[in-house]
Amino acid sequence: MPFEIVIGLEVHAQLSTGSKIFCSCSTEFGAPPNTHVCPVCMGLPGVLPVLNKKVVDYAIRMGIATNCTISQHSVFARKNYFYPDLPKGYQISQYEEPLCENGSIEIEMDGHLKRIGITRIHIEEDAGKSVHAEEFVSKNETLVDLNRCGVPLIEIVSEPDMRSPREAYLYLSALKQILAYLEISDCNMEEGSLRCDANVSLRLTGAKALGVKTEVKNMNSFHGVEKALEYEIERQKEILLKEGKITQQTMLWNAREGKIVPMRSKEEAHDYRYFPEPDLVPVDVDRKWVDDIAHELPELPLQRKRRFIRQYSLPDYDAAVLTVSRHLANFYEESVKLYNDTKKLSNWVMGEMLRFLGERKLEIQDSLITPQNLVGLLQLVDRGTINTGTAKSIFDEMAETGKAPQKIVEEKGLAQVSDASELDAIVVEVIEAHPNELEKYRAGKENLISFFMGQVMKATRGKANPKLVNELLRKKLAEKRG
Amino acid sequence: MAITIEEVEKISRLAKLTFTDEEKLKFTQQLSQMIAYVEKLNELDTENVPPTYHVVEMNNVFREDVVKPSMPQEKVLANAPAKKGGYFSVPKVIAQD
Repeated sequence: MPFEIVIGLEVHAQLSTGSKIFCSCSTEFGAPPNTHVCPVCMGLPGVLPVLNKKVVDYAIRMGIATNCTISQHSVFARKNYFYPDLPKGYQISQYEEPLCENGSIEIEMDGHLKRIGITRIHIEEDAGKSVHAEEFVSKNETLVDLNRCGVPLIEIVSEPDMRSPREAYLYLSALKQILAYLEISDCNMEEGSLRCDANVSLRLTGAKALGVKTEVKNMNSFHGVEKALEYEIERQKEILLKEGKITQQTMLWNAREGKIVPMRSKEEAHDYRYFPEPDLVPVDVDRKWVDDIAHELPELPLQRKRRFIRQYSLPDYDAAVLTVSRHLANFYEESVKLYNDTKKLSNWVMGEMLRFLGERKLEIQDSLITPQNLVGLLQLVDRGTINTGTAKSIFDEMAETGKAPQKIVEEKGLAQVSDASELDAIVVEVIEAHPNELEKYRAGKENLISFFMGQVMKATRGKANPKLVNELLRKKLAEKRG
Repeated sequence: MAITIEEVEKISRLAKLTFTDEEKLKFTQQLSQMIAYVEKLNELDTENVPPTYHVVEMNNVFREDVVKPSMPQEKVLANAPAKKGGYFSVPKVIAQD
């Protein structure tokens, strides 16, 4: 039986404000437990929440970037449940009349564009953190840290528009990229600033009605999302093929064991008893507010990628890599202003530069690499001052110290040797030092030319002009052969 | 509208409270009376009346995104019946079955 996969995602993103959503406590990650806490976020009696304006600004930014309608009138609600890390006994969220509705984003799947609908984006507060598993927690207790209580979140709810775990992965990546471009979230899944739950169901291909869904939680990495969904789809398929029925329930992904288990709770049917939050007044957003934010919005990842392909005649792949982050794209555009060969520049950025940054786990904006220095290095190669090998060998020093490549070349005496008479002598020396190889070369093993090339490079500490050496070698070897 | 024992049990479960059978029975009666009292409101036709979310005619009350000092940890934990290493300590909460 052919099944169609139906996936919808609920993504929570922590907004990178300095202070919490309803009080002035810091949102900083990693502080000692219960040190960023006050009567408001602790839910003590008699306190009143006051909304952080930046939270609304940021949520509107995301709403515009995902083609949502920004509600002119929006209200808060209480979502009630009891858990020790939720000291008020309710989470302030939005239920009816969320801030943003009816949007969509595009994802690229095998070169095709696909639209994924966004049902709504709403503002809410985070809960605290329960610690169960650490060494210092005894068997019969749970420890609670309220620092995260009241950290602002947006919840982005998609339509059930994804048809494979791959699409879900791409959608999540696209959302993350947009959030990062907008500079409204750190998007760190490991630190919990980006969290994702999925609704998954199967239906017979062609069927209109949706099948019974399960909710998959606890997927705390991008690849975890893809793997967990693959697992859950297989599980549902097996049940359906045995003519069984899917039970609507919440499943937890266990990344370490690579499997999914139903959440252990009798109280499956959530009953949050939402009601309007009387402590907060409505948020009314007028046209000007939206226009002002729209005005400041940066070019978004997919648009920027398309422009890179067009403007710099780059392959799709290059454009995708270069626009992965806003800072990297900015770096490329700064560099390209100083250098005409857009593809060569792209190769260096994607090759040496991303290798260097990857090895040191650095982002471009945190490194000492400058467009001037990278372009300077390429120009040294173009002018024949150094060869490509030397350029690669000094890249790391340049990147690490921020020193101008010209200076490194001077200091180390790395300028390329292009003096034919000087090289001529070395070439002769090398050939004479290797009579065996010469013999073989003469017997027809012509690819030994690269061996001789290597020896000349060694003798000149990599500084020889490779084109010139090649010419000289061919000439000398031919003479010897004749 | 009559409230059933099952509904009382559901509400108490959501509130994480346990009651004796006698208490449950008492609550079915009391809750039914409360609902009946409030039901009176249903006599009004509110078809074209927008819901009142707030009693004061006010909107857009904001604060700027400025960090101010929080409470010291000792004060935060001062009223906690149990604490450990700067955390609140509560009875274990994961397994519920």
